[in-house]
Amino acid sequence: YLSNTSTLSTKMAKSFPEEVLEHVFSFITSDSDRNAVSLVCKSWYEIERWCRKRVFVGNCYAVSPRILTRRFPEVRSVEIKGKPHFADFNLVPEGWGGCVYPWISAMAGAYPWLEEIRLKRMVVSDEALELISTSFCNFKVLVLSSCEGFSTDGLASIAANCRELRVLDLRESEVDDLSGHWLSHFPDTWTSLVSLNIACLGSEVSFSALERLVARSPNLRTLRLNRAVSLEKLHNLLCRAPQLVEFGTGAYSSELRPDVFSNLAGAFSGCKQLKGLSGFWDVVPAYLPAIYLTCSGLTSLNLSYATIQSPDLVKLVSQCHNLQRLWVLDYIEDIGLDALAASCKHLQELRVFPSDPYVVDPNVSLTERGLVAVSEGCPKLQSVLYFCRQMSNAALVAIARNRPNLVCFRLCIIEPRAPDYLTLEPLDAGFGAIVEHCKELRRLSLSGLLTDRVFEYIGTRGRKLEMLSIAFAGESDLGLHHVLSGCESLRKLEIRDCPFGDKALLANAAKLETMRSLWMSSCSVSFGACKLLGQKLPRLNVEVIDERGSPDSRPESCPVEKLYIYRTVAGPRVDMPPFVWTIDEDAALRV
Amino acid sequence: MSVPLEHDYIGLSEASSMERSSDKISSSSSSSTLSTEEEKNNVLNLKETELRLGLPGSESPERKAGFGVSLYGTDSIGPLKNFGSGAKRGFSDAINGSSDKWVFSANGGSEVDLGKGTVLFSPRGGNGGLEKNNTQQCNLPGVPPSKHVEKQTSPANEHASAPAAKAQVVGWPPIRSFRKNTMATNVSKNSDTVEGNSGSGCLYVKVSMDGAPYLRKVDLKNYYNYAELSSALEKMFSCFTLGQCTSGLPGREGLTESRLMDLLHGSEYVQTYEDKDGDWMLVGDVPW
Repeated sequence: YLSNTSTLSTKMAKSFPEEVLEHVFSFITSDSDRNAVSLVCKSWYEIERWCRKRVFVGNCYAVSPRILTRRFPEVRSVEIKGKPHFADFNLVPEGWGGCVYPWISAMAGAYPWLEEIRLKRMVVSDEALELISTSFCNFKVLVLSSCEGFSTDGLASIAANCRELRVLDLRESEVDDLSGHWLSHFPDTWTSLVSLNIACLGSEVSFSALERLVARSPNLRTLRLNRAVSLEKLHNLLCRAPQLVEFGTGAYSSELRPDVFSNLAGAFSGCKQLKGLSGFWDVVPAYLPAIYLTCSGLTSLNLSYATIQSPDLVKLVSQCHNLQRLWVLDYIEDIGLDALAASCKHLQELRVFPSDPYVVDPNVSLTERGLVAVSEGCPKLQSVLYFCRQMSNAALVAIARNRPNLVCFRLCIIEPRAPDYLTLEPLDAGFGAIVEHCKELRRLSLSGLLTDRVFEYIGTRGRKLEMLSIAFAGESDLGLHHVLSGCESLRKLEIRDCPFGDKALLANAAKLETMRSLWMSSCSVSFGACKLLGQKLPRLNVEVIDERGSPDSRPESCPVEKLYIYRTVAGPRVDMPPFVWTIDEDAALRV
Repeated sequence: MSVPLEHDYIGLSEASSMERSSDKISSSSSSSTLSTEEEKNNVLNLKETELRLGLPGSESPERKAGFGVSLYGTDSIGPLKNFGSGAKRGFSDAINGSSDKWVFSANGGSEVDLGKGTVLFSPRGGNGGLEKNNTQQCNLPGVPPSKHVEKQTSPANEHASAPAAKAQVVGWPPIRSFRKNTMATNVSKNSDTVEGNSGSGCLYVKVSMDGAPYLRKVDLKNYYNYAELSSALEKMFSCFTLGQCTSGLPGREGLTESRLMDLLHGSEYVQTYEDKDGDWMLVGDVPW
């Protein structure tokens, strides 16, 4: 039988020329499918690697630039992520790493035809940007999401040199804003702009340069301005780009003048393809009606910087019958969410941010009731991010029963360890209901008072859970053990301020090799346990982040400040700052 | 995904010393074993230091006796770091059985009684086993709690006047810096900028005089030059400079319209409200 199949496969190999297989593979675009294809047999591995055009690196330290370029020689599009998610909340010290330069440098040599670079939470220097701009003659797409380390000088290099650029998207990056002149570096002959997002920039860009740029970009679909662009100028841009699909305003305020208003309203109504709006800093409510005519076509609305009150929000939102995504401040209040639930039956994603998170008492009337109302009224709701100050098990159970199609549920009760405000019990039952009913749940963030029991529910019922965020929860290692011994699909686990220590980690060490990464900070994992893990699992990098000095200077039983464990084929990092230590195979401490 | 192998890392030689000391602890306190209803004991391979979770409301003595203590004393893991940072207490406080509340209460927030079995830790002071481990504790007091508490200095906080802003935990609530910075400048901008009222064509500006008990609002559209504005403001705030701020002073010259309202009501008090910036404003300046 075996010999039969081997002759069969030989026949097949001869009858299926590589070109045919390559052509077939070109229709396979998802990373996981591509990975599966590459495992079928050696020849498929070879063919696949030569024709893979797009690569996603979820952790820049899981693999090295050299490994990437060696395996995939024909890549056109790269996406790389750097710092752990909790870096967004200042939990990762400055200088930790995630520098992109080595990647750019390697790719500059290996991928002269590279077209797209997408980076998230990476440190991008002006030198890196300059290298990008001069190394890839066909460069088209640059997306820098929550990145830092560069200035407008770097942007000037991109503008000046990338003749084929289509997308420049700086979403929420921290840019050293030296001047607005960088925009003028785009040559007058450059007309291929499709998407420009400069919302994160502080200083004013040259408006006339912006105007001319928009005027000569017939393919412009997305334009997100920064706060410095004043409202009176918006109509100039909108009139020159009636084909816009996504638009982000600057500061949405101005002296009330009828001519400004009518210009703006006219310009908005001219944009017949408009599907998404954002920006809206400093909103003057009187100018909101200028966008009313666009509302029926809107699918995405980001009002999360708009400090307008519930009545104005309701007037706006109740006209957006096709809305699929809404980001808003808690000024919307329960009453506004009732209106949302009544008007927006296509809503898929809701994010409610806190207007005043550092005040103990609620400044707005937004409670769990608003979220329950939306879960009742919006049958397609699948993604929730909700900041509030009170929650009950009953509400969570209701939400779970109403919306079993939830895929992402992130709840942040502002006070750590806040119990069910009605019964004063932990919220175990509520979150348990979420994981039980929402069988497709992939991402979950917990908050409030939680015992080990909630982790038992999550471990056993969260079968598709890929990312779990835990803060100020649990009672003992049993909690962590439940998660690590269950949650078959878990890829990313991030934990802060929980009483989890060595036991669960050591007992489930092998689980860590099936995950992308584990972050634990302000927990009780001892340095000794870290050493053990690092020693026994060579395919993991076990990194201790401790700003108190070398862990060797303290007893091994001492808990580490922060711990970041991730699987890797690249071996230990070579660029660690002084406060990061890793354990090599000899259990020696390496800086 | 394949089920992860159950490696017995505790069986390794480095770990067995942990077990030995755990035996010591177990013998000195009532059995500090914990297990759930469902978990098999041998899953953790922890022999006598198994974890058991009691039902809420259960008052099992084993659970209470050094629940938290034995876990952390057992493994000779040093004292907890600022567990629940912001609660400025070190491990020694917990062990010495000070408040058994692990609620984040730096601001005196939710005073939840966690004693009914939902308590996270109910440390019993004077646990002999723990004392044996005292020498192994690392010097956590050397880590100042304030290091992990971020002081919010943005204007957003300064305007939260009535409810006090608590000492903040780093990175909590989880809001990105971009958003935090934007919201901070939002608040400061709103207190500086003119607030236009929708559709009424007026331009109200807040005016404050040092030492006055409340602020006023003036509609700039009512005045055509600085001289007019200046005299109007003078009239507005003249009551304060005369010392008394009561409204029962009929016949006084230079009464503004707003003062009339108090006279009409004939009361000795004026009505004020607190606006979103935390300033006390005289009721009536802005038309209903």
